[in-house]
Amino acid sequence: MDRGNRHYGHVLRVAGLFLFGFVAFVIVRQVLVPPDFNLDGYGFFRAGALDEIAARPIAYAGQATCVECHSDVQDTRAKGAHAPLHCEACHGALAKHADDPENVKPATLNPRRLCLTCHAKMAGKYDGFPQVEAKEHAGDDACTSCHNPHHPMDGMGG
Amino acid sequence: MDQNRRNFLAQTGKFIMLTGAAAVAWDSILAGTPERASNYKLTDHWWAMTIDVDRCIGSGNCVRACKQENDVLNEPGNFRTWVERYQVRTDDPDHPVVDSPNGGYDGFEPITNLAEGTKVFFVPKMCNHCAHSPCTQVCPVGATFESPDGVVLVDKKRCLGCRYCVQACPYGCRFIDPRTNTVDKCNLCYHRITRGLTTACTEVCPTGARRLADLKDPNDPVHEFLRTHKVHVLKPQMATGSKCYYNGLDGSVR
Repeated sequence: MDRGNRHYGHVLRVAGLFLFGFVAFVIVRQVLVPPDFNLDGYGFFRAGALDEIAARPIAYAGQATCVECHSDVQDTRAKGAHAPLHCEACHGALAKHADDPENVKPATLNPRRLCLTCHAKMAGKYDGFPQVEAKEHAGDDACTSCHNPHHPMDGMGG
Repeated sequence: MDQNRRNFLAQTGKFIMLTGAAAVAWDSILAGTPERASNYKLTDHWWAMTIDVDRCIGSGNCVRACKQENDVLNEPGNFRTWVERYQVRTDDPDHPVVDSPNGGYDGFEPITNLAEGTKVFFVPKMCNHCAHSPCTQVCPVGATFESPDGVVLVDKKRCLGCRYCVQACPYGCRFIDPRTNTVDKCNLCYHRITRGLTTACTEVCPTGARRLADLKDPNDPVHEFLRTHKVHVLKPQMATGSKCYYNGLDGSVR
C-alpha cells in the first residue's frame, strides 16, 4: 500500500507536466497562428495575404487608360506597323502621369537608343522583323528625322 | 429583487449584443479586408501564361518593366523574369550556349563570329505558376502557396527566409530579396490582374510574345492559341503542372 501511494504521486507529477505542456502548446498555438490561416476554401496559408499582395499600387497604367486621353495618337498608330504595341512599351511606366496628368509629365525619350532596343540587327529575331545596322542605315542621324515612331513607314510605302 | 432582475437582464442583454458584435468582427476578419476589387471573384479565374518563343526578339522590355512594376532590385540574381539567348549548333543540339547578360535587362549585344550552322533564339523565363508546385509543398510555415485563382504567391510577413523553396523550384524562379531577407518571385502581377489589368511584362512586350491567359474565361484568346499551336511546358517530366505554355520551344531549352 505504501509503495502504491509513492508511485501514485510520481505518476501524478508526470501527468501534471504533460498537462502543463499541452495547455502551453494550445495557448502558444492560439497566439502564433493567425486567425485567417488555413481557412476552408483557401489552403495552408494566411487568406489575408491575398488582399495584401493585391493592394500594391500599379506602376504601368495600362493601354486602356492611355487611350482615354490620347485617342488621337491611337488613331495614328492604328494605321502603321506599331499598332499592336502598347504606349508604355516605349514611353515607360506612367500610372503616376495618368493619376495626375498636369503635374507628372512623361520623360523625354531618346529615340535612337529606344528604336534600336528592338530594331538593332541581331541573330535570333524572327524572319520579317525589321532590323537595321544603324550606322549603315542612318549614319548618325536620329531615327525620327525620317520615321514617325507612331507610324514608322508613313509615306515610305509601308 | 426587482432591481436585481433588471440588472441581470441589462447585463445579459449587453453581453449578448457585445458577443454578436464580436462575432461580426470575427467574421469580417475571417472574410479578409475588402481591399480587393469587389467584382473580382477568386473562383472565376485560373491564371496562366503563354510565351511564343518565335516572337521574342530579346528587347528586354519585360525584364525592365517587371523590375519597375514590382520594385525588384537591379542586382545580379534578382529577377522575377529574365530572358535567355540560346545558340544551338545543328551538329550538337544537346550542348547549347546560353547567355543572359544581367537577365536581358539591357537587351542583348549582337553575336560576333556566329558559327555556321547555328540557330539562335530567345527564351523568356518566369515563374511557371505550377498547379502542383514543388516550391509551395516544401514551405514549412505556409508562407508560399497556390492561390485559389492559380497564382503561386509569397506571404512576405510569414516567410522566414529559409531558402527551402529556392532549392525546390526546378526552374530557378526564386531568389532572396537582400533588403528583407525573404523570398521573392513572380506573382503574375497579382495587384494588376485582380484589377482587370494585364501583367507588366505582357503590357510592354513589343511583339506579343507573352500573353497573360485566364483559362476559366471562355472568351480569352488563349483557348484559340492553345488549340492552334503545339505548345509545351518546361521540364514536363517534373510533373509540376506548369501553366507557362511555350510555343516553339526547342528541345535544348532547360
